[in-house]
Amino acid sequence: MDRGKSRLRSFLLTLGAASALFLSGCSPDYIVLNPAGPVAREEMYLMILSTVLILAVVVPVFALLIFIVWRYRDRPGNPAAYRPEWAESRVLELVWWGIPIAIVGVLGFYTAKTTFALTEPPESNVQPLTIQVTSLDWKWLFMYPDKGIATVNYCEIPTGVPVQFELTADAPMNSFWVPQLGGQEYTMPGMAMRLWLQADQPGTYYGHGANFTGEGFAHMSFDVVAKSPSEFAQWVNQIKTSSSGLTLAGYQELKKPGVMGTVSYSSYPPGLFEDTVWVNGGRYFPDMMHMDRQANGGAGAAPGDPNAMCSPPMR
Amino acid sequence: MLEALRNFADTYLMWHEGPLIWGSDALILLTVIGIVAVLTYFKKWGWLWREWLTTVDHKKIGIMYMIAALLMLFRGGVDAELMRTQLAFPGNHFLDAEHYNQIFTTHGTIMILFMAMPFIFALFNIVVPLQIGARDVAFPFLNAVSFWLFFFGALLFNISFVFGGSPDAGWVSYPPLSELEFDPGPGENYYLLGIQISGIGSIATGINFLATILKMRAPGMTLMRMPLFTWSVLAASIMIIFAFPALTVALALLLLDRIAGTHFFTMLHGGNPTMFVNLFWIWGHPEVYIVVLPAFGAFSEIVATFSRKRIFGYGSMVSSLMLISIISYFVWVHHFFTMGAGPDVNTFFAIASMAVAIPTGVKVFNWLFTMFQGRIRLSLPMLWAIAFVPCFAIGGATGVMLAVAPADYQYHNSYFLIAHFHQTLIGGVVFGMLAGMYYWWPKMFGFKLDERLGRWAFWFFNAGFYVCFMPQYALGFMGMQRRMYVYPADLGWGPLNLVSTIGAYLMGIGFLFIVAQVVYSIRHGERDLTGDPWDGRTLEWSLPSPVPHYNFAAIPTVTDRDMWWVLKNEGRTEDLQPKSADLKPIHMPKNSGAPFLIGVSFFVAGFGFVFNWWLPAVAGLCGVAACLAWRSFQYDDEYSVPVEEVMATEISLGRL
Ligand code: HEM
Ligand SMILES: [Cu+2]
Ligand SMILES: [Cu+2]
Repeated sequence: MDRGKSRLRSFLLTLGAASALFLSGCSPDYIVLNPAGPVAREEMYLMILSTVLILAVVVPVFALLIFIVWRYRDRPGNPAAYRPEWAESRVLELVWWGIPIAIVGVLGFYTAKTTFALTEPPESNVQPLTIQVTSLDWKWLFMYPDKGIATVNYCEIPTGVPVQFELTADAPMNSFWVPQLGGQEYTMPGMAMRLWLQADQPGTYYGHGANFTGEGFAHMSFDVVAKSPSEFAQWVNQIKTSSSGLTLAGYQELKKPGVMGTVSYSSYPPGLFEDTVWVNGGRYFPDMMHMDRQANGGAGAAPGDPNAMCSPPMR
Repeated sequence: MLEALRNFADTYLMWHEGPLIWGSDALILLTVIGIVAVLTYFKKWGWLWREWLTTVDHKKIGIMYMIAALLMLFRGGVDAELMRTQLAFPGNHFLDAEHYNQIFTTHGTIMILFMAMPFIFALFNIVVPLQIGARDVAFPFLNAVSFWLFFFGALLFNISFVFGGSPDAGWVSYPPLSELEFDPGPGENYYLLGIQISGIGSIATGINFLATILKMRAPGMTLMRMPLFTWSVLAASIMIIFAFPALTVALALLLLDRIAGTHFFTMLHGGNPTMFVNLFWIWGHPEVYIVVLPAFGAFSEIVATFSRKRIFGYGSMVSSLMLISIISYFVWVHHFFTMGAGPDVNTFFAIASMAVAIPTGVKVFNWLFTMFQGRIRLSLPMLWAIAFVPCFAIGGATGVMLAVAPADYQYHNSYFLIAHFHQTLIGGVVFGMLAGMYYWWPKMFGFKLDERLGRWAFWFFNAGFYVCFMPQYALGFMGMQRRMYVYPADLGWGPLNLVSTIGAYLMGIGFLFIVAQVVYSIRHGERDLTGDPWDGRTLEWSLPSPVPHYNFAAIPTVTDRDMWWVLKNEGRTEDLQPKSADLKPIHMPKNSGAPFLIGVSFFVAGFGFVFNWWLPAVAGLCGVAACLAWRSFQYDDEYSVPVEEVMATEISLGRL
């Protein structure tokens, strides 16, 4: 079982490398095909598997089409058979009902497996890092609840450590996408979504909002910088000592629509993320917040608090 | 006074925006003046009213749908060329964010709702009654209402460009972005009302054709003797009836949010935007099959005719149509796998989405084996049908790739997705509608479209298609997101975008060739004197071209699936010629101005709601009510065509 799995792996890997090479001519620009972490890699395997499987249908279709059109052209004296009333064949039809069903079976199996696998942290024996992300018009705010620091339009992560991104929006919904680390997930007002990503190698990875949010959307790119854990710890300390803090007033300012560069904050109002989720609708769908507010330290207004409607319940 | 005028011009006519708007205003004004002048000079107003605006004849309504669809293909195409021009180079300044956002929104909306929908309705109308041996649709008056609702809905949507501003929240128009808070202008209201008005018409069309196909078939035409195009219309009609109400509700609730201050989908006060997303796609996914199934139907007719062979696996073809229309209700979540529905939900919808590909794949093989051991003539309709096969095979294949939920986390919202749906929508729907247009054109107008110009159009459009969209798959792998009006140079996206733009221009040239072809053929196209220019197989080819307004002088009795083909083979074509002894007076529906006036009233009401101007809104709704009341007291809505007139017509056509 395990042997078979690893054989499939290595087969896919070779094929993947070959097709990536073919597609890109070695160009690193094909970032989706140059994964830098386990999540993106899993997803790429599935892309390759699905490509191979569909080629099993597409190639015969092309071949048949070319052959048939060439062979049965209505030319004078064409010697090919002509059977105008031949219109049924149980066997043939079984073949082309059967093959696609088999393909969907195989692909469906691996899809289900990976879909479930990706809801778990990629690396299970390392303490994960949580980063809370709020998409704003038109910028990204990253908060590190364990470190107390925050950044705008870039974030840093340690390599080899699974990172749980918790995502929400304090603006129209966007989508958080870092192609080399893994696929995207929507950021939605009033909900906290989870996305596991992990970087294996140090590097700077391109990220961008993927769901349209209006005028400044095209400028919503950010970098995810992966560093060794020790360098990452250094960076955290440096932000703590050399930057100023984000205040509530500062957050209200940040929220105003606009495009900006990168910023770092040594601190931010605790529970800012949870309160944002709460105010934007989490209060009505507590189960949709996918998290225990108390455990995360958010102390927003109690449900039904009339003040909370208009003024966010943040200290 | 002058100040007030200036103010008006700046607020509503957007004259501060500069030459693009002034140019469009001038162009529109000139066109209107031109049309009015021509109609007046040639004294054609009465003709326009009697023959077209009040008609309830399905063939004329079909022709009007087709003209509207071609005009909208032009408008959506211009939008596309503008976008591609902006994207040709990194950091380009041809369009700014505001304009780009408006243009992709109008492009997407127009292409799906005001191009693809009327195009399929054109073929529904022109073909179905003739194929099933009927004299009209089940509800001719309602049919005209549908058309005018579509027409005025589309008009309302289109005037946003020069009056008040276009919508700019994407064709899916997700809240909260499309809520008042983030999108205060009238544009979004235009979107909601334009689609809503034409959508009512679409539901009525679905009902109409379902009833027509179930109730109006000629004697002997059992369901399993129905031509496959009619089957595809049956499937599409059922889907319309079940899918469109979801859209109606979604649009209505969002409109209430915007004009009545409710909070169905707002960010604050308990609104839930994901509800809209679900409702939209519960309609949206079936919608793409609604537009593509009739294309499949057209291909089935064309492939059989031009291979001179029976369609292969008729039973499979019918069951795959029905399977598609059922499964496609259970796939809508694949448009938002990344909204965190959970792995169980995503797995279900992923596998269902892959499963839709199975019956679709079966159809492709059946078309291939229809050609196998046939005699293939590469006339224009067949050229487009053949080009469809590889194009749709790739588009369907990339669709299966997108259905793999975890992989979709990487494809979603990227240019990979853009390439995929253009490949299915253009390769499927546009190719299908063009093939159908070329195929049934002689039946509508009595002449063929010129082959030579048509081949130029074909090659430009096809080559352009691949040059335009293949690079976009690669751009998706490079991480390029959709709906970006500008992109930086350092990501390496520049060259492929330039290639893609060149492809779009080639397609544009292809379209111009089609225009040239139509204009040229009106004068010089080969006349169709037999009524059967392609050696057809089904009932419509037994009639003269163009078809007399009552279609069949005597209703035929059907004994075979490929009725006309069989009769031709057995030398019994005169079985379908009318005999003077059999002729009876024919009951036909009377023309009516009410459908047109209902459309106008809806337009006025919609316009009022767009700007929250209550006077026109109420006046328009009263107009609708008045027309309905007037109509409900019209008891005398049929007339009888006397035998002598039928006889005279048939004799003049050489059929008696
Ligand atoms: C000449 C052929 C066409 C070209 C060059 C073209 C080009 C484009 C471009 C550049 C975009 C915007 C991409 C972005 O910025 O996200 C777009 C979006 C779109 N196109 Fe087309 N298109 C063509 C034909 C069609 C047709 C025939 C249909 C439908 C039947 C269609 C449906 C759409 C839709 C639904 C969108 C999405 C709009 C949105 O994001 O809200 N297009 N197209
Ligand atoms: Cu959620
Ligand atoms: Cu879909």
